Formats: sequence, C-alpha cells, structure tokens
Amino acid sequence: MPTAIAKPRREFRNIHVTQIVGYRLPVPALVSILHRISGALLFFFGLPFLLYLFQQSLTSEISFDSYREIVAHPIAKLALLVFLWAYLHHLIAGVRHLVMDLHYGLEKHSTKQSATVVLVLSLALTAVLGLKLFGVY
Amino acid sequence: MAKTPKKIVVGAHYGVGSYLGVRVTAVVLVLYTLVLIGALVTGPELSYLSWASLFAGPWMKVLTLLAFGGLAYHVWVGMRNIYMDYIKPTGVRLVLQSATIVALVGYTIWTATILWSV
Repeated sequence: MPTAIAKPRREFRNIHVTQIVGYRLPVPALVSILHRISGALLFFFGLPFLLYLFQQSLTSEISFDSYREIVAHPIAKLALLVFLWAYLHHLIAGVRHLVMDLHYGLEKHSTKQSATVVLVLSLALTAVLGLKLFGVY
Repeated sequence: MAKTPKKIVVGAHYGVGSYLGVRVTAVVLVLYTLVLIGALVTGPELSYLSWASLFAGPWMKVLTLLAFGGLAYHVWVGMRNIYMDYIKPTGVRLVLQSATIVALVGYTIWTATILWSV
C-alpha cells in the first residue's frame, strides 16, 4: 500500500495589521484594508465624538452655540476631516461591495478599476467637502 | 446497494444572517444619509431652530433611531469580524466583544435620549 507522506500544505492566513506595511498591496487590497480601518476608526472615535456633537447641537440654543464653538476649533475640524474621509471611503467601498455581490465587475481588471475609482472618488469628495469645512468657500 | 451519503451540511448558518444583515443595514444607512443630505440642502440656512425642527417630528425621530439601530448591528458584525481576524487570545476577544456590545447598546440609548429631548 502506498503511504503518501503528507506534504505540509501551504497556509494562507489573514495578513495581520502589523504586517501590512511589509506588503506591496494591489489597489483592491488597499481599498479593502482601508474599508476595515475606516470602519474601526468610525466606531472607536467617530461615533462617540459625533454623538456628543449631535447632543450639543440639539439640546438647546445654548448648547447649539457650544457645538458651533467646538467645531470651529482647528483640531475638531481636523478630526471631522478624518471622519469625513472614513465615512466617504467606507460608504463608496461598501457600494462597490454591493455591486460586486450582484456579480458585476468581478474580472481582475475591473476590480482594479473600481477600486481605483473608490480611492480617488472618496479622496476627491473629502477634499471638496473639506475645503467647505475649513471655510475656503 | 450502499448509498453514498450526500454532503453533510453543518453549522448554524449564522454567517448568512450576518452577511445579509450587514448589506441590508448598509443600504438603510446610505438611504438615511441621502435623506439627511436632502433635508440639509433643501432646507433653510442652518440655525438651531431649523436643525431642531428637523428632528422635532415623530417621523424623523423614529427614522433616525431605526437607522442608528441598523448602524449598531452593522458595526457589531464588522467589529466582530475584525476581532476574529486579529485578536487570537479568547479572553481578550471576549472582553473586546463584550465591551463593543455594551458600547453599541449604550450609544443607541444615548441616541434615543438625544432625539426625544428635542
């Protein structure tokens, strides 16, 4: 009876967050990991901050004024800019996922194209709305 | 003649529920985002009065709370996936998952109190 010596199978594990920098990521992989990072960012920091702002903006006219003061601060604006990018990237990358769930754009070249669109569109929208946030127009 | 057993399906299919739940809540959140943008773009210039009156009616309160409930579920599935991929010690993962649930339930209650204070 032939006894096959079991060759150890190659294992493909999730790339750990600490290993990401060592990888040359293709655009779809970059969009994918940014989807995670933006989601986690929004949960850990965005949600409590935005809920606090929501409360300040709605409770009373006095608290509305304090909300205006908070968001006028440059550091708050910087934080809002980060959350704005995170929200836009997460949303647009999410729509890309939904489209791919319907089996559109699954070829290798089109996944690369759509990932590039996600990356560029979210950054462009962040820039446009960010200029508004910083009062450029 | 011995029948070869068909492929035995195992598992509780929780994954399918999470998969669909994330996508359904994602669509809800995109729609809510569009509603909010629409209200802000078509509404008068932002002041406390215009902002508060947007949330004064029962429809917007219920819609917002529903959207937030969807958000809480969406975040739960996403964060659980992240913990499962990167946090290997069971104890640490348990603590993080529990803390996440507590935070999300707390945020949902907080949202309700904000909405019904208007």
